[in-house]
Amino acid sequence: MNKIRVIARIDINNEYTVKGRCLEGLKKIGRPNEMSKKYYEGGIDEIVFLDAVASLYDRNSLIEILKQATKETFIPITIGGGIKTIKDIKDALSAGADKVAINTQAVKNLDFIREAAEMFGSQAIVGSVVARRHRYRWEAFIDNAKHRTHKDAIDWAAELEKAGVGEIMVTSIDNDGRQKGFDIDLVGALTKRVNIPVIASGGAGSSNDIIKLCKNTNCDAVAVASLIHYDVENISDIKSNMKSNNIGVRL
Amino acid sequence: MKIVVVDYGIGNVQSIFNALSKFKDVDVILSDSQDEIMSADGLILPGVGAFKRAMKELKRRNLPNVLGSYILQGKPFLGICLGMQLLFESSEEFGYTEGLGFIKGGVEYFPGDVNDKLPHVSWNSIEKQELNWSGTIFSDIKNKDDFYFVHSYICKPKDQSIILSKTQYGGIDFCSSIRQGNIYACQFHPEKSANSGLKVMKNFIDIVKDGE
Repeated sequence: MNKIRVIARIDINNEYTVKGRCLEGLKKIGRPNEMSKKYYEGGIDEIVFLDAVASLYDRNSLIEILKQATKETFIPITIGGGIKTIKDIKDALSAGADKVAINTQAVKNLDFIREAAEMFGSQAIVGSVVARRHRYRWEAFIDNAKHRTHKDAIDWAAELEKAGVGEIMVTSIDNDGRQKGFDIDLVGALTKRVNIPVIASGGAGSSNDIIKLCKNTNCDAVAVASLIHYDVENISDIKSNMKSNNIGVRL
Repeated sequence: MKIVVVDYGIGNVQSIFNALSKFKDVDVILSDSQDEIMSADGLILPGVGAFKRAMKELKRRNLPNVLGSYILQGKPFLGICLGMQLLFESSEEFGYTEGLGFIKGGVEYFPGDVNDKLPHVSWNSIEKQELNWSGTIFSDIKNKDDFYFVHSYICKPKDQSIILSKTQYGGIDFCSSIRQGNIYACQFHPEKSANSGLKVMKNFIDIVKDGE
């Protein structure tokens, strides 16, 4: 049985972890390194750090957070937010990241993805798709969900796959931070379309939400934020609940 | 005791450095210098990404011969992920690329059924084969323990008796680690596999210490 990865998603603004709703109204809720260490010790499978203000400010703090995290957590680490150049990727990987998540720059220039995948390998490049629902379809958004692209999010994910990303992380803007469950239709449509691993993000409010998602889609990983940031459930309880519902998980 | 991690511009060497640095009495050095490599007590060949580019980077530094000479000294060697694949004779990645050839066999694209996703990015369990794990990098690791994998190609050793573990994905059991004399190699990333992975690193350090 394939194992579903449970990933801690830590959105960052300067040196703080932030969380909002629908990717808006971001509030400071903690220190990224304290949280990543705690989640690692609690048994999380992977960590994603996302610069929520995407380089509007100084990016050195993000690299410092990453360096610290790779000294105390021995699991895969992804960073994203504001990655624009091959040098940005090189800096992130040499500071200890295993993967980078890219959204805006991919929309602006898909060749950037091709070049990055060729240089660093597909396994290091995660295509980040940030989607908003319009009735029965979804539109891809960029700049931390601030700007429209007029691209169908599912078609866009397929383009990213073709350009060489090794995974897709899909975030539902509508469900983010609401803790009322994932957008199962979105994740389902996306996993049917692409043949690379898919990380579902946005909406996890309980382990039951994760179980419902896994039972109804072919997703490979779930990103959780509020669920663990606000101590709604701890990681081992989430995983043992998944396991007792016949979902493969690392314990 | 000195462990050298071969730093040849391919992949995340920092994480391996950090994982080894957690243990006492180990000097960890990132280097591509012939002198450092030959005088190491233990050597780690890491690597992620493309086989062809990795071979090019090794050759550019004249390392294939140096690695060969190191191994002939009989000192412990550990290949990780692409660093395992490079040990074989060839890879079919980008047609055909010649490898280091220390292990007989080749590297092939995952022959799993088409419904399974690639790359194989997942925690997955490793299963014991005929080789005994005690005294190896898997001392005190329990059978079917989980490790973190990320790859699209798999190693196919000619000599099945060197297979230390197999792992299931895409409907097949592939070789996920080997031991041939002083050469150990694993397809998964011990430096990214939490406590079980750190235990593998610790076991490798112990093997290096025993050899001193």
